[in-house]
Amino acid sequence: MKKRSKKKEYAPGVVLLAAGILMIIMGVLRTEHATVLLKAVNICMECIGIG
Amino acid sequence: MGKGVHKYRHWFQAAWFALTNGYAKGFLEGKIYTGPSKMICVPGLNCYSCPGALSSCPIGSLQAVLGSQKFSFSCYIFGFLMAFGALFGRLICGWMCPFGLVQDLLYKIPVFRKRKTLPGHRYLRYLKYGILVIFVLILPAVVVNVVGMGSPWFCEYICPSGTLFGGIPLVAMNEGLRSAARFRFAWKVALLLVIVIGSIKISRPFCKYLCPLGAIYGLFNPISLYRFHVDENACTKCGACEKACTMAIKVWEQPNSMECIRCGDCKAACPHKAITSTLEELKKH
Repeated sequence: MKKRSKKKEYAPGVVLLAAGILMIIMGVLRTEHATVLLKAVNICMECIGIG
Repeated sequence: MGKGVHKYRHWFQAAWFALTNGYAKGFLEGKIYTGPSKMICVPGLNCYSCPGALSSCPIGSLQAVLGSQKFSFSCYIFGFLMAFGALFGRLICGWMCPFGLVQDLLYKIPVFRKRKTLPGHRYLRYLKYGILVIFVLILPAVVVNVVGMGSPWFCEYICPSGTLFGGIPLVAMNEGLRSAARFRFAWKVALLLVIVIGSIKISRPFCKYLCPLGAIYGLFNPISLYRFHVDENACTKCGACEKACTMAIKVWEQPNSMECIRCGDCKAACPHKAITSTLEELKKH
């Protein structure tokens, strides 16, 4: 009984973790990571308060 | 984390900072790292314009994708936040955020009479959700220039981590940037100063009231895989956990509160060892 309620307790976390991983893969397929890289390899003027 | 592990939290935070911001050449030459690891985000608030940063900030990246011409939604960053949130919740704030470490150390300076919260904390703690929605999600996507690109509003006007770890070192070392720094830089430095001075008196004011990343991870705290448990048979509701908690949480009532940064101070303070984490639960079984 206790094991069952523990499983229930962790189920939403497991589902969201799986959904998160899936979304990361979808993001990579959409080449979103390239947008992140392009932004991150140039000095972000806005971040440092200049842009 | 285990019972005694919380004693080493600041060392872990420092080691994490060194590991994720280890591009020493950047600090020496006033440049930033431009390698491929920057397409990956670190879980904490870590400006990608910090000269040492080896990867990207999730909040900066989210604004970059939402404000780009190509995308109006980010599967990549939302997925990343969802995966880390589901695994750790706000453990990330307590253990893996460089600006969290800065605030923790400032709070240890023995000046001012310390307090945990600002007056109106009950309501003010929701301010970070407003900042998340307005400055991170709406403004970068909606206010766009002639070519359809938005600005990272949170980074531009608020983020003190970007000013401290990115702005100040780069402006100090780069003549060109120094001559370009005007009102907005002064505004960001002033805001950083307010937060720094505030952090000496109040524990983690930025995390409590302003941080949009903490707001996101906080939503996951009640369901994250890493969580706290209170043994109701052992707990006497003595309040020792609440007294030890710098985030001002009644731990025995809400062990998985959205405000909890999983520092572990409550576990160490409990005289009945009634609070345990998932890791300890797993060890038991």
